[in-house]
Amino acid sequence: MPQEVRIRTLTIDGRPVGAREGETILQVARENGIAIPTLCHLDGLGPIGACRMCLVEIAGSRRLLPACVTPVAEGMEVKTDSERLRKYRRMVLEFLFSERNHICSVCVSNGHCELQSFAQQHGVTSVRVPYLHPRLEVDATHRRFVVDHNRCILCTRCVRVCDEIEGAHTWDVMARGWQSRVITDLAQEWGTSESCTSCGKCVHVCPTGALFEKDKSVAEMVKRRQFLPYLKQMREPRE
Amino acid sequence: MIDELEEIAQREQEAARQFPHTINVCVAAGCLSNRGDKVLEALQGEVKARGLEGRCRARGVGCMGLCCQGPLVAVVSGGRPTMYQTVTPEDAPALVDSLEGEPVRRLLLPTDQPFFSRQTKIVLENSGAIDPERIEDYVAAGGYSSLFKVLAMMSPTEVIDEVHRSGLRGRGGAGYPTGLKWSTVAKASGENKFVICNADEGDPGAFMDRSVLESDPHRVLEGMAIAAYAVGAKYGYIYVRAEYPLAIKRLEKALRQANQMGALGRRVGRMTFDFSVDLRLGAGAFVCGEETALIASIEGKRGQPRARPPYPAERGLWGHSTLINNVETFANIPSIIRHGGAWLASIGTEKSKGTKVFALAGRIKNTGLIEVPMGIRLRDIIYDIGGGVVGDGRFKAVQTGGPSGGCIPAPFLDMPVDYESLAEVVSIMGSGGMIVLDDTSSMVDVARYFMEFSMSESCGKCVPCRVGTVQMHGLLTKIARGEGTAGDVALLEELSDMVRNTSLCGLGIAAPNPVLSTLKHFRNEYDALLKG
Repeated sequence: MPQEVRIRTLTIDGRPVGAREGETILQVARENGIAIPTLCHLDGLGPIGACRMCLVEIAGSRRLLPACVTPVAEGMEVKTDSERLRKYRRMVLEFLFSERNHICSVCVSNGHCELQSFAQQHGVTSVRVPYLHPRLEVDATHRRFVVDHNRCILCTRCVRVCDEIEGAHTWDVMARGWQSRVITDLAQEWGTSESCTSCGKCVHVCPTGALFEKDKSVAEMVKRRQFLPYLKQMREPRE
Repeated sequence: MIDELEEIAQREQEAARQFPHTINVCVAAGCLSNRGDKVLEALQGEVKARGLEGRCRARGVGCMGLCCQGPLVAVVSGGRPTMYQTVTPEDAPALVDSLEGEPVRRLLLPTDQPFFSRQTKIVLENSGAIDPERIEDYVAAGGYSSLFKVLAMMSPTEVIDEVHRSGLRGRGGAGYPTGLKWSTVAKASGENKFVICNADEGDPGAFMDRSVLESDPHRVLEGMAIAAYAVGAKYGYIYVRAEYPLAIKRLEKALRQANQMGALGRRVGRMTFDFSVDLRLGAGAFVCGEETALIASIEGKRGQPRARPPYPAERGLWGHSTLINNVETFANIPSIIRHGGAWLASIGTEKSKGTKVFALAGRIKNTGLIEVPMGIRLRDIIYDIGGGVVGDGRFKAVQTGGPSGGCIPAPFLDMPVDYESLAEVVSIMGSGGMIVLDDTSSMVDVARYFMEFSMSESCGKCVPCRVGTVQMHGLLTKIARGEGTAGDVALLEELSDMVRNTSLCGLGIAAPNPVLSTLKHFRNEYDALLKG
């Protein structure tokens, strides 16, 4: 017996598209070549709807909804781009730049950083709110990797890949609000972590220069994420 | 089972009749902090020393409302109460003297004043009248009869219909129709459903839920059990903040007693209905009052909200359909069953039915706890019941809804208090905190205070709330110091708009409200502080 699949039709930016029930707006948009910016989202990891870059407008709803976690519905009219959305996305980026220390010229991810690319795409040429510049530590105790909290945007991709894919759950988040910090084990030095398998997945899913490999130059430190869709696909239950 | 309840009730009433005099001493948190427990001890000692144990009993009861005049004592002789205020342990002999003589004039608290006469008590009907640590007292006041009536005579659908008819809306702040919420959980599929009582009250200046739990915990348990029967749940949790040790102690005791009596646990009332309740303590995060964060916290995860939908009714605790209501909402349920939904619907306004408990705080004469019908004018609450502004100051505004609410200025004092009217003036009903401000308060400072609260209580998950609250707080600090410019106010408005429209949960969405409402009603105060 073939499994029953329910189909929903909707429009995204005026284009009629078909989708399977349960798919998110983001999935359907990407299948149809419609780009929606995302930062915390990464294909292969559980979505959390936290960065708010993927907010979209939906006809008949006053609320903006995150495309990465909102399932499609029949007859939905989605707008992925508008002056208002562009403004809010720029402000999210401004907030992230102001929160910690993102000086691209001295960052190992310069030129292949997702935050930097989005800033360029969205025309963020200056930040209107004051920089908070907290002085956060750099943990270089791990044999191969470094975490620089000054570059972290708290997207928690590292937390999720370590938990969901590697199964180690070395990473987590401590404290709250703007004091939040990603931690290894119980906020101890990464080098002393007993749960870390040194697989390096966290480094490669990190969108910025917060996690990087030691002894790599800027050109060498391009993140490789090809493993993620592959691992996810291989783990899907087969018929 | 109903017969057994009646038996207990009769036995209690008979026992009470043995005593010509009963001295009720408030032992809820407010009076307790003013040595209410010592007053009780002294009175009990005095009664004993005079050998009056057979004629007079002195016992601890819940909150009597007028917290600022505590410790409060009510001497009930022949069914008529005489109330006393600011009682000290040293007053015990005088009070015991008064049993057979004249009342103690210097301590008298007149009960014919509007603070008492203008209230309508449903949720608080037993507060201050029964000993919260004795289930028999609750039963004698009609407690648990609604639950057993429901189990014996009503179908789950009928219960939900009754709640629908009452027009009750969520008392946690958002005002979602309770009947609708129950019916969605009842309709949801799944064997294991949960009922959660949200007792993570966290707004500064709000203490309604604490008082209900300290004064009448069984009422909340009964409401939860009725809800569980209506939606088909077997398990319940009460999520109460660890900062409420007395409420926790009394809940634990109430749970033990209710299990023992068969009002909770397996085969409740010897019917085929099981419902067991556990306590879970919050570890001090404000955001855990948000329903999805609260559920994550019970699951043992980091207390952070997640995007809705799916709502907890569809996917809640451990993925199961979950009903989550606030303390005061559950506390309304036994009365709705007893008197019928139409009865509650006859109180209040067209869209806001019943009563609301408010915690009066700030620059107001009568600080304490009140319960008033929806639709009452703000002026009546503040000037009549509250006795007006304390000291020489002039009324400036009343803050409702805590960090998610706003400040309502004098021109709106004649506005009715209901969900819609409060939203119109950029505030919210909220859970019931009311802080009165006089002209010594700077509204920019007030906005800054609440923003500081939201900033330090933001969970940090979504960017707009995590960073936006810090940036707004920075701008407010700058303006309050007299260093701000017109550009800063414009930026503040822009950030408020962005945080309100893009945040993940209610905490972030409502965080700009104190700023927006003070900008709307008190822009002159911002302008006066600007540089140049």
